[in-house]
Amino acid sequence: MTDTTIDRDTLRDIYTRTMRVARADEKFRSLLMTGKLAVMYYTVRGQELVSAAAMAALEPGDYLVTTYRGQHDQIAKGVPLNPLFAEIAGKAGGTCRGKGGSMHITHPESGVMVTTGIVGSGLPIANGLALASQNRGDGKVTVVCFGDGATNIGAFHEAMNMAQLWKLPVIFLCQNNRYGEHTAFADHTKVDSIVTRAAAYGMQGVKVDGNDAIATYKAAKAAADRARAGEGPTLIEAMCYRMMGHFFGADFSYMPQEHLAEMAAEDPLPRLRRLMLDHQFSEAELDAIVADLDAQMDAAAEFAANSPLPGPEEIRKDVFEEEIAA
Amino acid sequence: MSQITMTQALNRALDEAMAEDEGVILLGEDVGAKQGGGVFKISSGLTEKYGEHRIRATPISEQAIVGACVGAALAGFRPIAEIMLMNFTTVAMDQIVNHAAKLRFMSGGQTNVPLVIRTTTGVGVGFGGQHSDMLEAWFAHVPGLKIVTPSNAADAQGLMRAAIACNDPVIFIENILCYGLKSDDPGPGHVVPLGQAAVAREGSDCTIVTYGRTVLDALEVAGKLADEGISVEVVDLRTIAPYDEAMVTASVEKTGRAVVLHEAVKQYGTGAEIASRLNEALFGKLKAPVTRIGGAFSAVPMANALEQAWIPNKDAIADAVRAAVNWKG
Repeated sequence: MTDTTIDRDTLRDIYTRTMRVARADEKFRSLLMTGKLAVMYYTVRGQELVSAAAMAALEPGDYLVTTYRGQHDQIAKGVPLNPLFAEIAGKAGGTCRGKGGSMHITHPESGVMVTTGIVGSGLPIANGLALASQNRGDGKVTVVCFGDGATNIGAFHEAMNMAQLWKLPVIFLCQNNRYGEHTAFADHTKVDSIVTRAAAYGMQGVKVDGNDAIATYKAAKAAADRARAGEGPTLIEAMCYRMMGHFFGADFSYMPQEHLAEMAAEDPLPRLRRLMLDHQFSEAELDAIVADLDAQMDAAAEFAANSPLPGPEEIRKDVFEEEIAA
Repeated sequence: MSQITMTQALNRALDEAMAEDEGVILLGEDVGAKQGGGVFKISSGLTEKYGEHRIRATPISEQAIVGACVGAALAGFRPIAEIMLMNFTTVAMDQIVNHAAKLRFMSGGQTNVPLVIRTTTGVGVGFGGQHSDMLEAWFAHVPGLKIVTPSNAADAQGLMRAAIACNDPVIFIENILCYGLKSDDPGPGHVVPLGQAAVAREGSDCTIVTYGRTVLDALEVAGKLADEGISVEVVDLRTIAPYDEAMVTASVEKTGRAVVLHEAVKQYGTGAEIASRLNEALFGKLKAPVTRIGGAFSAVPMANALEQAWIPNKDAIADAVRAAVNWKG
């Protein structure tokens, strides 16, 4: 029988992280809809909870590597909202001074070391962060997030093999959102489950319902504990849904009606709300959390709007350590 | 004075850097003691001194090797990736071009990648089309990478120390035919700063700008042409990108003539960049057009007779210098 007990502080933490992700995503989409932002944006609608529950199981100093659809991972890991919003808007006050954008959010203070726009490329890099931790004995764990689409690129296989070979303290968190860009899972992969691939590398593999807060938290916690104990990496396949198109504004009429209905029924946000109420959190308490978050979103949007544009001299900076000649 | 081979020099540079800094690690195929210290023995004896956690023999997985080094570098290590042959870097291009080179910039300077990718190559040993290419122009075109190649053992030692100390990614190209070359032993702690070319031979009539193994060819040609009364200056770039433009320009301003020479395919090679910059800097002062010599526009052939026809040939180098000196406009 699976242990479904969880303490209230952890549950509140997961709820707050989830709603921080959800309210930020909502805010970005509203800024895009009203023309206040005009940038590429990969919405994380539907995947809010999986990140929040996993990141709640980590320590603040742990490393994260994620992908262009990574706002949920970054926010759940703790990237502050003001520079995050400013970075997505391409402003000088952004985490990367506007040079990275939403696809390359980096914030080492929160442990967010790389956000890559190249599918599957984060896995080999995560191994290196974990290798440094292993050699230093600093007890840190590296988590790398990717989608089901990333599991058919060579880097996935090379990285899985190397991580297990060296028993690196890394968690491969596959957020199986059932689509690789516009292609449905069954049309790009013949096995039923990504997690079966763990066996090919002699690795521990765990499949969870990524919309189940307690199961996802416990899977991530167990993987982190194993990694910290020197027992090596874990592949977690967390089942979830990408509830909108590949990028914001993209057509997703290719998703069948039955799939859309299934997604709506499994929406993690109302499901988490029910879980919280079942655990005797009051409506008022939950509403207060969201109201506080919404105030933070408004402040972050304002910070981004007021942040100056980066100057052209930025092009010469950070190519190398030394500034290059004009 | 005692002498040292390039193999010994590289081994010593790695040894010194590893002794100084726990964060210096080496990842690559066959690099460990169990595998004999690398195909070219550059890491011989290092596992015994520093352990398998720092000298990590890897699976044949170039993306995973370079990726792991990128990650370790982000965490503050100074990793060295050994990519056995330069053609194999093509398998890891995503990690090199999209990540190692760009993470400092894309993060707004919050992170950096102090990584050295050691790799070897060379025409003349019959390795054929997939084991012999000089691909420096590919990397030179990517903002964020530094590219280094030594022509002698002492420079190999000193440049390797500088490359490991560099806070940005460095592609360090070794030439198979140069591993046995001997230099006077520069002694321990020798460092050759990146970005500084060297005048390998002074002269006054024409400058040959080159790097790596072809420095030896240029010196031999310069010796021969001296008998004809032609005084050739040979500039060894040592760092191919970003190169020592001040020294190259000063040399060519002095001689008024330049031949740019490299083993890589001539078309779209680094020679085109150098020739173009010389024309921009010295237009009106040049006594002859800047010309280029490089490998033929084909895959590197296996048969030795074809390899010798493919590679820049000493007679062609001498002819190019004579043509520059005799240029009548």
